[in-house]
Amino acid sequence: MSMTVLEGKNIVRDYHIGGGLFSGPRTVHAVKGVSFTVDKGKTLAIVGESGCGKSTLARIITLIDPATAGELFIDGNKVDIARGGLTREMRRKVQIVFQNPYGSLNPRQKIGDVLGEPLLINTDKSAAERRDLAMKMLKKVGLGHEHYNRYPHMFSGGQRQRIAIARALMLNPSLLVLDEPVSALDLSVQAQVLNLLADLQDEFQLTYVFISHDLSVVRYIADDVMVMYFGEAVEYGPRDEVFSDPKHSYTKTLFAATPRADVASIKARLARKKAA
Amino acid sequence: MTNEGPATVEAATVVKQQDARLQMFAEFWHYFSINKGAVIGLVVFALLILVAIFAPLLAPHSADDQFRDFFLTPPAWQEGGNAQFLLGTDAVGRDILSRLIYGSRFSLAIGFVVVTTALVSGVILGLLAGYCRGWVDTLIMRIMDIILAFPSLLLALVLVAVLGPGLVNAMIAIAFVLQPHFARLTRAAVMAEKNREYVISAKVAGASHLRLMLVTILPNCIAPLIVQATLSFSNAILEAAALGFLGMGAQPPTPEWGTMLAEAREFILRAWWVVTFPGLAILITVFAINLIGDGLRDALDPKLKRS
Amino acid sequence: MSLLEIKNLTVSFDTAAGPFMAVQGIDLSIEPREVLAIVGESGSGKSVSMLAVMGLLPNTATVKADRMAFDGVDLLKLSPSERRKIVGKDISMIFQEPIASLNPCFTVGFQIEEVLRFHMGMDRAQRRARAIELLKLVGIPEPEERLSSFPHQMSGGQCQRVMIAIAIACNPKLLIADEPTTALDVTIQKQILDLLVSLQAKYGMGLIMITHNMGVVAETADRVIVQYKGRKMEEADVLSLFESPKSNYTRALLSALPENAVGDRLPTVSDMLFEPAPSAGDKAAAGAAS
Repeated sequence: MSMTVLEGKNIVRDYHIGGGLFSGPRTVHAVKGVSFTVDKGKTLAIVGESGCGKSTLARIITLIDPATAGELFIDGNKVDIARGGLTREMRRKVQIVFQNPYGSLNPRQKIGDVLGEPLLINTDKSAAERRDLAMKMLKKVGLGHEHYNRYPHMFSGGQRQRIAIARALMLNPSLLVLDEPVSALDLSVQAQVLNLLADLQDEFQLTYVFISHDLSVVRYIADDVMVMYFGEAVEYGPRDEVFSDPKHSYTKTLFAATPRADVASIKARLARKKAA
Repeated sequence: MTNEGPATVEAATVVKQQDARLQMFAEFWHYFSINKGAVIGLVVFALLILVAIFAPLLAPHSADDQFRDFFLTPPAWQEGGNAQFLLGTDAVGRDILSRLIYGSRFSLAIGFVVVTTALVSGVILGLLAGYCRGWVDTLIMRIMDIILAFPSLLLALVLVAVLGPGLVNAMIAIAFVLQPHFARLTRAAVMAEKNREYVISAKVAGASHLRLMLVTILPNCIAPLIVQATLSFSNAILEAAALGFLGMGAQPPTPEWGTMLAEAREFILRAWWVVTFPGLAILITVFAINLIGDGLRDALDPKLKRS
Repeated sequence: MSLLEIKNLTVSFDTAAGPFMAVQGIDLSIEPREVLAIVGESGSGKSVSMLAVMGLLPNTATVKADRMAFDGVDLLKLSPSERRKIVGKDISMIFQEPIASLNPCFTVGFQIEEVLRFHMGMDRAQRRARAIELLKLVGIPEPEERLSSFPHQMSGGQCQRVMIAIAIACNPKLLIADEPTTALDVTIQKQILDLLVSLQAKYGMGLIMITHNMGVVAETADRVIVQYKGRKMEEADVLSLFESPKSNYTRALLSALPENAVGDRLPTVSDMLFEPAPSAGDKAAAGAAS
């Protein structure tokens, strides 16, 4: 039987926009009661356009922001950061990789320190042990020893994203939240990073929550897909089911809007153009 | 590559590290040296430091020696001048050049002490305000606003009047007046950095508040602070001179430049050299430091945008 | 006659580490009523060559070309002021960040009318009428009210529509779109692409689409130029490019598309390592640089 790593029940998140001098306070419902479960070693993709609440949900799952209502279970334990502190153990279990590879690494921190920091904070490992583990992780994500002492600005976007992934894995998390990890990357680099993610998932039985707006990437990497629209999950199911038979009209619009790069649709377009 | 021993890897990384530092410095120097004024300012400032360090060797006389036969001797090249006193003497027969050379020690010391005090206290307050926000922020920033609402020299005067005149008290007063600028700047930089993704990443890795503030955020706010510190350095020298001129700073016979000006006040019309040379010394120093600050801004600010 | 003709264009930038060759010997031409796509990844020089045509590069850039002609006029021989009359009127450009491309201090109407006043010399009433017409054309509802909106009051998609309205205000012969939809959502991207292509067909403009997105190329282009590290890798009409790509690089790019994944893993560009053979243009560029 597969083990459930992440479960969310009716997650709600409201933002209160404080009343300014001339306007009363307003409430924005960013996430309106979303439920999901992800099993060990699987990938849940959350798809949606900007402002649909997918990044807010990512921050809740990563235990950065508390949910306004609803329950979140990680490895079967209920977590609520609004009440009671967060234990080290829970913090270690969920890690995140951000979209922008240029903003997610501290420009004044050497790569070795970037990777060693989580260990320094959370474990009693000696400097030599940390260094050893960081070197191993560098190798695992396709970088080398020579990168250990360099600063982030000496790396390309794809390499930085590898470093960000390496940092997230240093604490052996059970759940990795990937917030648009390949959107800022070039096509060829995107393929490399996606491959790396797939390799790591196989090796460590990692569970992914993959946030994206790019349907072709989602189709490639996801096991389950959730489509969000204005804070609601309008579609949720196994990948093949969602892609072959979308139920909600928004999902259909989204599929129709995705540009197609296959020969048949180019032929169809050129024919239409000639006819016009 | 795979059978490289750990020692060679170690050595290689150490070399790489030095390379990286060198490269970063080379890049900084490239952008700094584009600004010719800044380089000139730097040279002048370096000379000034050398003069301050080697004052006893360079000065022809002691700062306090009074030559009773040479009251108000004009500079050497003027009629009635004496080769012994290159820039002339003051009303009690002290060699102006020697006093200026010794005075550079005071001016530099004032700059360093004031800027360090203001920087440290301002950064701590700004860091707290920008990181904690809420009532901490409001409290700190309103106090800073109040300090800024006073004309700075006036506030410094009041403080010195309360503490009593003297160089140390003047420095405390000037540091107090300059410190809100650092607090504001730090707060703005911290607020901009605080929501960057690398800070959130560190938070997710479990970093404590103190670690986030000091290790993660602060090093990334340094560039504007360096620029502000340089400009404040010249400001501190100016204000110390002003306080000295008003009799509230260093007390005679200290050869502080502002105090020298104050002593020479009554001879402005009769002996131009007594006021001109201390004035020029202040002007050149402040100008040089401002040029450096300008160059630093050019070199450091685009770097912030690039990374 | 070609609308725009560029022969052996080279652009280099002065940097702290010496000159950097952003574009190395690119030939390019576009016919009237044609949609040309320039595809490449970051650092391929795809935007730089078009900015060179527009004369919008910073002072640190050195532009060299054997020929750079627009509509028969040699752009290299024009004075800056003569060039400004062409750029913005007959050639116009839209950029990636729609919200940043508009001046936040002025209303949308003011910014459209500014272009009309500068290039067309219309009076106030004419300008207003034309501005409303343009906003209607790019599909903005209630154009009369929208004229007095500020950019921050509109969404990214609407701002891009306004940018397009400004770009086509003077009936340009050539429109250059630099990653026009990269910052937008997929559904909005679709609308903007459809709008661009329909306007292109309606007014018979030449359209150059600069993009990194193969899907955008497939949906809009007639002809495609693939660039890599400042060099041209391949030039072909859109169908043959996707059907039978000739250069290894194009092939690698196409197979890196997730929708073309075969099996578990994606083939990556480095898997098909290649070294482009230097063409005559490169040698000339190298000679010019030394």
